[in-house]
Parts: sequence; C-alpha cells; structure tokens
Amino acid sequence: MIALGFLRSRPWLITLVVLALLVTINAALQPSFFEPRVLRSNLATFLPLVLVAIGQTYVILAGDIDLSVGSIVALVNVVTVTIIAAMGGTDLAIWVGMLGGVGVGLACGLFNGLLISGLRFQPIVTTFATGIIFAALAIWVLPRAGLPVPANYWRTYGENFFGVPLVAWVLIGGALFTLIVSRTVFHSHLLAAGGNRTGAFQSGLRLGLIRIGSFMIAGLFSALAALCLTGETASGDPLLGQTLALSSISAVVLGGTALAGGFGGAFGSIIGALVLGMIGNVIFFAGLPFEYQTLVQGLIVLLALAGGVFVTRR
Amino acid sequence: MADTTFRIRSIATDPLTLAIGASVALLVIGELLSPGFAQGQQIVRLLTVAAILGIVAAGQNLVILGGREGIDLSVGAMISLGAVLAGNMMNGQNEMIPLAILVAAGVPFLIGLINGLGVTFVRIPPLVMTLGMTAVIQGALVVYSQGVPSGQAAPLLSAFINRPLLFGIPGILFVWVLIAIAMWFLLRRTAFGYAVYAMGSNERAAILNGIPVRFVRVMIFGLSGLFAGLTGLCVIGYTGSSFISVGDQYVLPTVIAVVIGGTSLAGGIGGYWGTMAGAVALTLLQSVLITLNMDVWSRQLIFGATLLALMLLYGRQKQLRV
Repeated sequence: MIALGFLRSRPWLITLVVLALLVTINAALQPSFFEPRVLRSNLATFLPLVLVAIGQTYVILAGDIDLSVGSIVALVNVVTVTIIAAMGGTDLAIWVGMLGGVGVGLACGLFNGLLISGLRFQPIVTTFATGIIFAALAIWVLPRAGLPVPANYWRTYGENFFGVPLVAWVLIGGALFTLIVSRTVFHSHLLAAGGNRTGAFQSGLRLGLIRIGSFMIAGLFSALAALCLTGETASGDPLLGQTLALSSISAVVLGGTALAGGFGGAFGSIIGALVLGMIGNVIFFAGLPFEYQTLVQGLIVLLALAGGVFVTRR
Repeated sequence: MADTTFRIRSIATDPLTLAIGASVALLVIGELLSPGFAQGQQIVRLLTVAAILGIVAAGQNLVILGGREGIDLSVGAMISLGAVLAGNMMNGQNEMIPLAILVAAGVPFLIGLINGLGVTFVRIPPLVMTLGMTAVIQGALVVYSQGVPSGQAAPLLSAFINRPLLFGIPGILFVWVLIAIAMWFLLRRTAFGYAVYAMGSNERAAILNGIPVRFVRVMIFGLSGLFAGLTGLCVIGYTGSSFISVGDQYVLPTVIAVVIGGTSLAGGIGGYWGTMAGAVALTLLQSVLITLNMDVWSRQLIFGATLLALMLLYGRQKQLRV
C-alpha cells in the first residue's frame, strides 16, 4: 500500500520506466545510439520541447493553459535574429539579441497573464487568440524564413564545456530549476491556486500575481527554447514551433501533472517531453514508411494522453 | 413605459442585433472603399462563403453550448478529410454524388463520436482531445493521399454551390437555411436541445434531473464532425479540387463566429441565429480587410484582436470576490 501511495504521488515514475523502455528499444534498433555525437544531437532535438514543457507546467499547475507558447517561440526567434543582424553580427549583438528575445518572451507571458488573471478572460481562447497575434507579429518582423545568425552563435551552441555538451548543461539547468522551484512557497501557492481557487483566494493568496508569474515563466522558457532552436537552425523562421503547444501539453500530462491543475510538477514534464521525443525516434528507426509516421505518432500521443489523464485523475 | 425601454435596451445589446449591425456597417464601409461591394451579385458571393463557414460553425456551436470547456479544434482536419474523401469518391462524376455525401458526412461523424467518447468517458479535456485528433486525422490524410492532391468535384455539385439555382441564389444558401431551421428545431423543440442547454449551464443539475448527459455529449461531438464533413463537401464543390490542409483556415473562424453570435464559451447560453449572423459579419470583415489590401500578418493581427475584444464582451469569468 505504501508503495502504491508512493507511486500515486509520483506518477512520473511510470513515465520514467516508459522512457527507459524506449531508450532500450531505440538502442537495439540503432546501435550507435549511445555514441556521444548521437546522444548530443538527440538531446538538441528534444531540448526545445523540454524547455517549453517546463514552462507550460507552471501554467497548468495554476489551473490555466497556454496555447500561445509555439507562437512565442517563433516571435522570440525572429526578434533575436533580427536584432543580431541589425547590430552587425558581433558578439555583443548576439548577447543583445538573446536578451531582447528573453524580454519578448517575458512580455508575451505578462500580456497573457494580465488578460487572463487581470481581466478574467477564459485562458484557452485567450491564449489561442494571443498566439495568433504573436504569430502575426513574427511574420511582421520577418516575413520570410532566412537571416542566418553568425557562426559564433551556433558553434558555441554545439560546443562542450568541461567535457559536457552545452545542450546537456541546459537540460541540467532546467532540471535544477524545477527542483529548486518545487521547494519554494511559490510552488505551494501555484498548487493551491490550481487545486482550489476559491479557497486560495479566501485564504488571502495573491492569485493575480501567482497566475501572472506562471504565465511569465512559460514565456521565459518559450524564449529559452527559441534561443536553443536558433542554435540548431542557425536562422530565423516566423513559422517555427507551431506544434509546440500541443506537444508541450502532452508532455505535461505524460509527466503526471493533472490538466485541471493543482497536482504535479515540472520535473515529470521533462521526462514526458523526452518520452515524446523518443517515440518519434523509435518510429523513425522502426523503418515505418514515411507517410505512416505522422499517423502513428499522433495515435500514440493520443493514447498516451488518455492513459495519462486516467492515471492522474482523482 | 419602463418595460418598453428595458425591452429596447435588451434588444439593442443583444449579440444577434450587434452582429447584424456590424454586418450592415461593414457593408457600408466596403461600399465606400470600393463601389460595387454591396451589389446584389457580390452579396450573394459573400453569403456563399459565409454559408460554408456557417455550416461548420453549427457543429462548433453545439459543442460549445454543451459546456465543460467544450470546443472542437478538429473541425479543420475534418473538413479536409470530408473534402478529400468526397473528391476521391466523385472524381468528377455526377452519379457518385450521393455516395460522396454519405462518406463525407459519415466518416467525420464517426471520428467525432470518438472525440466525444474520449471527452466523456476518459475525461480528456475537449481542447486536448480534439487537437490530438487533428494530428491523427492529418496523419491519416497523408497516408491516404500519399502526399499527392487527388480527387475532383462533380460538375453538378460545383454548379449547386457556385451557380444560381432559384431567383439568382445558389443551392448552398437554401441548404444553409434548411440547416438553420433544423438547428432551431433541434435546440428549441426537442428534448435533445434542452439537454444541451441544461448540461451546458449546470452539468450536475442536469445529471440529477436524469438527463443522459454522456450520450448527449458524445452526440454533439459526432454532429460537429458531421457538419465539418459536409462543409468539406461544400469546400470541394466551391473550389473544384482539394488538398489535405484545405480545412485548417476554418478552425479559428468557427470559434469566433460562435462567440460573436453571443454563445457563451462557458456553455448553456446562445443559439444558432447569432452564429449565422456571426459567420456573415466575419466573412464581411475578412472581405473588407482584403479590399483594403492588407498583408497576411495585419489581417491575422486584426483577427486575433477581434477575438480578444469579444472576450472582453462575452468571455469573462466569474469574479472570485463575492
């Protein structure tokens, strides 16, 4: 019984087992899987989703949802590359561009939070609408894909630091962030806001600040994901990240967070995002005809979602 | 006397009146911008476009009315599915139209039922369920079409949608009126319709009153699929051929049309007349924006902003302070 209770409070342990299984299958199908080069490139592919999923978790924990994360990624990407290009592609320009991108991400999150928490808009349709607005702004900033970033940007992104690739450091940093936040008062307040909003309000929690904070974290992590994606694609694309909204929600659910809010944590979402990435990998290496890959992936995700909702439902 | 002013005020602030007023205003603006905008033939063409949107929006309307964060984001993929299936059934032959209608309506209906089952029995939030289903349908369409556009509308179907049938009005507009009457009857004159309103405004009370909430919810998702599939048929009739993402552009406008028409996103309030007016207003807005020679991004921006402005009017949640 104790073991069951342990599992029930940590549903992501099941996801972890699934991840181990997928890694085993993948390694069997692709012998080179554990080579550092392959590991790095896989991690680099999964990293944007991992980061967006971390941000999405905090919004969902507080009982809201953010469908605009994909558009924020696109907007941050085009703003960053445009700033870097406008400032001549120097190292300083790269820093200013990245900072500008993070600022845009935070501003988008603040905008969402103000509308939803301040004006009491319904979160689903609101972030759907702001997502359209952010995507429109991205097309306005950079109408066509292009505008390469200087080599220094993507070279640094591919480098090792202390023998470990930068992408792995970002993952470790993300995991540390989730572990630290999970021990803060802010986290308990988030759970309270999502679990019982009226109760949280009546016990004097500053719900407005908590919910705006969660949206800003989602904006921040979308911006970080965009910076990583820029390191991969080395250019700007206003149509980037369109599938990230659904995949990030899927990752959060797979990570054991209740979609209704109030239960779960961002560490599980990291594992959920890795599972989603590995599903894509395994399908690819299983040698399925190309046309079937989207279908099978969609089906698996839908089934996993159903399973995830089943496990976390109370 | 006070009663009359109250009635006038409630009519003036009614979403249906507002949507009709907005449509008239947009017509005037359009006519001022480019003379000939409000001409008879041009209006018929605009109404044809509005009818296509209005038919999908009927299903979206039912799903939103049913409450519990009801929303169907898979209508876009279902339209594509209906269009591709119908196109391949017909392949330009008139004799195949009945079969095409059956398949284009039937398959999306069944997929809609699956949406409903997932939402009702597995309790996946509608948003996630229908977004997930979108991915599955799009994957299935890639497999089915092998990535090559195929299928053609039968000439009779194209004529029915594009050419005048009676009094200079194309057949699709008569179909839209029939659907409107059917929707009114379903919502206001049947137990099913009252069940939709009841569970949309208070699901618990509906269950305690013995309303088969689960069955009704599964059915409204099925009907949403059905309407989307029929829209796919209209789309292929309108354009002549189809591609596998032809329906994507309809997802957001259906939600906006329903909301403009005064249906509450929380469920339980609203109806189809408003949605029809919403579809017309939205089509006119789009048309005016195109007349203004606006870029894609500014049109998108105005769309998003319109939706946010509507949220301010109808989409606000209850205050926690009581």
